[in-house]
Amino acid sequence: MAEAAKKQDPLLDIRKLRIEATVFPPGEAPKNIVLVHDVSLSLKRGKVLGLIGESGAGKSTIGLSAMGYGRGGVRITGGEVMLNGRDIMKAGKRGIRKLRGKEVCYVAQSAAAAFNPAHKLMDQVIEASLEHGTGTRAQAEKRAVELFRKLSLPDPENIGERYPHQVSGGQLQRVMTAMALCSEPDLIVFDEPTTALDVTTQIDVLAAIKDAIRDTGVAALYITHDLAVVAQVSDEIMVLRHGRLVEWGGTQQIIKEPRQEYTNALVSVHEITHDEQQPGEAPFLSVKNVTAAYGRGGPKVLKDVSVDIFPGQTLAVVGESGSGKSTLARAITGLLPPEQGTVDFDGRPLANRLANRPKEDLRQLQMIYQMADVAMNPRQTVGTIIGRPLEFYFNMRGAERDRRIAELLDKIEMGKGFSDRYPAELSGGQKQRVCIARSLAAKPKLIICDEVTSALDPLVANGILKLLLGLQKEEGVAYLFITHDLATVKSIADSIAVMYRGEVVRYGPKSKVLAPPFDDYTDLLLSSVPEMEIGWLEKAIKGRRMESAGN
Amino acid sequence: MSSPILKLIAQRIALGILLLLAVSVLIFAGTQILPGDVAQSILGQSATPESLANLRAELGLNDPAYVRYFNWLGGILTGDLGTALSSGQDIATSISGRLWNTLFLAFWAAAVSIPLAIGLGLLAVRYRNGWVDKLISGLALASTSFPEFFIGYLLVYFFAVKWQIFPGISTVYDGMPFMDRMQAIALPAAVLTLVVLAHMMRMTRAAILNVMQSAYIETAELKGLSAIDVIRRHAFPNAIAPIINVVMLNLAFLIVGVVVVEVIFVYPGMGQYLVDHVSKRDVPVVQAVGLIFAAVYITLNIVADIGAIVANPRLRHPK
Repeated sequence: MAEAAKKQDPLLDIRKLRIEATVFPPGEAPKNIVLVHDVSLSLKRGKVLGLIGESGAGKSTIGLSAMGYGRGGVRITGGEVMLNGRDIMKAGKRGIRKLRGKEVCYVAQSAAAAFNPAHKLMDQVIEASLEHGTGTRAQAEKRAVELFRKLSLPDPENIGERYPHQVSGGQLQRVMTAMALCSEPDLIVFDEPTTALDVTTQIDVLAAIKDAIRDTGVAALYITHDLAVVAQVSDEIMVLRHGRLVEWGGTQQIIKEPRQEYTNALVSVHEITHDEQQPGEAPFLSVKNVTAAYGRGGPKVLKDVSVDIFPGQTLAVVGESGSGKSTLARAITGLLPPEQGTVDFDGRPLANRLANRPKEDLRQLQMIYQMADVAMNPRQTVGTIIGRPLEFYFNMRGAERDRRIAELLDKIEMGKGFSDRYPAELSGGQKQRVCIARSLAAKPKLIICDEVTSALDPLVANGILKLLLGLQKEEGVAYLFITHDLATVKSIADSIAVMYRGEVVRYGPKSKVLAPPFDDYTDLLLSSVPEMEIGWLEKAIKGRRMESAGN
Repeated sequence: MSSPILKLIAQRIALGILLLLAVSVLIFAGTQILPGDVAQSILGQSATPESLANLRAELGLNDPAYVRYFNWLGGILTGDLGTALSSGQDIATSISGRLWNTLFLAFWAAAVSIPLAIGLGLLAVRYRNGWVDKLISGLALASTSFPEFFIGYLLVYFFAVKWQIFPGISTVYDGMPFMDRMQAIALPAAVLTLVVLAHMMRMTRAAILNVMQSAYIETAELKGLSAIDVIRRHAFPNAIAPIINVVMLNLAFLIVGVVVVEVIFVYPGMGQYLVDHVSKRDVPVVQAVGLIFAAVYITLNIVADIGAIVANPRLRHPK
């Protein structure tokens, strides 16, 4: 009878949780900000609740509160966190330590960073079990090996003897899941466990996590910003924004009949319609049979790559990490001189080396990077940053330059007032806009966009893509768009090059590349993009023709 | 152990030998630039032009500098450090006893100070920004800020003069019983410990604090480990490379930089020997001691480099 009642009670019951932090804005007095505003949730044994929202929504903060943990000086200042029928906030330091790693375990976003490089995997996996005395070392190791097998890791008997750097990212993420399961907790907090992985690897890890949750009967909080991913594993989904609850409901209801406008925006985020342009008469930039390697005699990172870019059009280069996408950009810009082959621009070959290119050639090719904040000098104002290419390429000074800066700020939909701000005062999306304005300032024929939306929240990324498309129409600039995200490619490309291990395996106009029959790799890539559909994961795994590289 | 790591270590050792050769050239050249020559120093005031010329011929001072350098180097490689001008004794024999004394003192100073410094560093991190941390840092910094002769005389005043627990003069001789020897070096070892403690402690603290920002520290905390276990098991092993470096630098100081302490306590070590012979302008002794000190420095730095290489799991266990 008591057992039955326990089954009915929620495992985790968070009531009116309020979390605050003290921030120290430069030049002002420290002030308190509220990160989470009286959020309540409850989770039954063996169920999975997805927490979804953009960065700053308070997802991780809420997830970690289930372990009584505040990251970086964050304080839980109100509400109750009931776990297994008691309020853990009243348990004291020692009491909280007893439940961490025993009742609740944590799986971090980047397993590569979350494993200690100095210890063997097995020692780290069983550490919590030994600490809490849930078994002898031999028992814990036996359980770990079983979990390695369940998570379909290669060589489960011996993989524990390896060090973290000897195992791939996707495998490490599964080892981390095994680590969380090893001490047989009641609840696991998954904090964006597949976000840092390639799409083709993500699907394997996702399937492994889902099976492990089902087989062990553990409950989970699954935190992510990707609604399609969370739809595959969750029973219920909770949408958060700015630390407040937006909507909470069953998975089917959230993705098919969202009741709130914000949820609806998240669900339909990728729908940008872009009609493919026909390739023009002649390309202005041709990459011809380029082969490149880092260091003399190093492995070839690019093998005989040829692509064309037409004026005012977008060539998307897709592939997983290590496929040579960014190296292609480096070869085109002259940062990495190719070993063989040439890059032709306006019918004449460009100098291989950056140092040998005249200023005019440099002006025509501009770049935007993934990490906008490290691509700008933090000690220069937005005006100085955008004004620099104007001075450098066009020798513009004074009022003329300021007028042009204002014009450019207008183009990126930011007001003139931003001119005196520093990068640190801008949001991620605004920073990326400033980088776009800086590259436009040079009036280039081609802008190379290297994963420019990958570090941004979906809605913000969407805004950037729309901006880029609009600018292309106005300015007639061409893009070389490097990305691993196929949804992005669908929304902005005119032609597509699919890269795999340094080679272009499929190349042509978007409509042709994305239409069957597919080669094996393109098929794997396309089928790995999560779809907002319950049961997609199982279908995708079944229908695959080729193993992903990270496996 | 695998081949890339062996290659790195061999590289470090080869570089060290090369560096030592370069230092020997510098030492030799430096002593040649000094005004006057050995013959003049030996004969002093009584020198006549003939006796000077004779002695120069006898000592081979008329040979070109590079010939004398290779003769000197060849002698050193075969264990012949030359003879001291002031006493006429063989340098190698008089140095060996003193080198052993210096190493003995340095060893015990290190044996106390290194574990103490690392332990205090761990404690300071555990209670960072609290009063324990501030107390440890404050005391350690104060002891380093005082000049070593000041601390030396302070200890002599209390422990030797007032309470008469330890001797104020550290006389040691061959065949001295171990415990007597330990008692003799207690005060100089204590001074050395106080001098090097803060540097190592602060570096240990900084190196560990740096690692404490890592994501894997959060992982360890979320496993429910206690704060000290997190530091000991997860932070310390990853901070070991910079700690080895600073420890080795301080070890080198304990051997090479003890001149003042040896003079204060009249301890028959290398430093005192060097100071004596500098004042007597005994060039061969200064050269020999200089080279030995350089060798100690370079060797300890190689050890630090190798330690850092071996402490890195990526190098120890390549993919």
